Amino acid sequence: MRSINDIRDLTVDEINELIRLACDIIDHPEKYSEKCRGKKLATLFFEPSTRTRLSFEAAMYELGGNVLGFSEAQSSSAAKGESVADTARTVGCYADIIAMRHPKEGAPFVASQHAGVPVINAGDGGHNHPTQTLADLLTIYREKGGFENLTVGLCGDLKFGRTVHSLINALARYSNVRFVLISPEELKVPSYVKKDVIQKNGLPYVQTTDLEAAIPELDILYMTRVQRERFFNEEDYLRLKDSYILDPKKLVDAKEDLCIMHPLPRVNEISVAIDKDPRACYFKQVLNGKYMRMALMLKLLELA
Amino acid sequence: MRVDAIQNGIVIDHITAGRGMQLYDLLGLESLGCPVALMMNAVSGKMGRKDIIKIDAEIPVDLDVIGYVDPGATVNFIRDGALVEKRNIEMPKMLTNVIRCKNPRCITSVEQELDHVFRLTDVKNKIYRCIYCETKAK
Repeated sequence: MRSINDIRDLTVDEINELIRLACDIIDHPEKYSEKCRGKKLATLFFEPSTRTRLSFEAAMYELGGNVLGFSEAQSSSAAKGESVADTARTVGCYADIIAMRHPKEGAPFVASQHAGVPVINAGDGGHNHPTQTLADLLTIYREKGGFENLTVGLCGDLKFGRTVHSLINALARYSNVRFVLISPEELKVPSYVKKDVIQKNGLPYVQTTDLEAAIPELDILYMTRVQRERFFNEEDYLRLKDSYILDPKKLVDAKEDLCIMHPLPRVNEISVAIDKDPRACYFKQVLNGKYMRMALMLKLLELA
Repeated sequence: MRVDAIQNGIVIDHITAGRGMQLYDLLGLESLGCPVALMMNAVSGKMGRKDIIKIDAEIPVDLDVIGYVDPGATVNFIRDGALVEKRNIEMPKMLTNVIRCKNPRCITSVEQELDHVFRLTDVKNKIYRCIYCETKAK
């Protein structure tokens, strides 16, 4: 039973195939509207989420299937102390596929070992968020036509930002990608990402604290939020939360075809004034996320 | 300084000096009822200094633990006072319940029944990472 815990669970060929399938769904939605008839998706969200959960649910409804699940740990048996493994075993009796978000790192991996049906990691703490990465990849593909020869700026919380880690892992497998890592000192990319992924693949990268100076060379600017829930210390969060705010002034020297991305939700790190800029792609990412989740569920259920 | 030869048991030899105590702890040797000798900083022709552990009983030892702590060690099995088998140790690819994940955000920090499993991800630098959260073992 195939599960997806990490973007690295997918080969480059499989990612390319998912992108091809998602593009076909976009072009011919009617072909797929009944593909999951009779199938059930369980969304097990032990941590609040709007976008990801609704995206999974919308994706399954658009494929003709049904959805069950919960949206916070308090409304599940976890509140009574049930283990992730037991929850997964139980839900595996009701559903054909599971999407799980959990605040603890590795929880969806534990679930995948016990559920008996495919489990998709919908975000586990500060660790991985592979379907966000698939949404990011489809967005880059549709905006740039591919993944090679790109200078990709990643800005904000690069330490706890799971979307950043997953995206680096995915892009590192394509050739001639250059990373510009923009963050405060305290929120730099962890060594296991920098050493084991970027350096190991021999990719060029620079680390900087200066967003404005980095912008002119970028093809992609991936902004992230400093997340309160990742900090044990409120003081640290308050000190770092406004580190980087993108506004029209900072984009003066940016490329005309820059692609501005953000996994959302944003707080204030991208000014709303940028929403009208044709280079703003973050709401396209949301839509692309639904199509990629449709493609992924079709593949894991062996229906495409 | 001398420690008597054993008749039936195990000698863990060529332990890098200073790692004997960690090995003693991780192998749980303090709970054995039989005589156990831990010799630290013994003189070695090859190594200069080394640690040695002698266990005066034929007990199962977890070779993965030895491979994790000191893959250069050798394990000698003694029967009737003679060497019957000598094993060179390799770093294990997986380690189960030998060390614990220290990441407070890891699922193992809240689910007590889960095995603590680490995978060897970098042979050259001897790096093990938790299979759940990828935190590096310290």
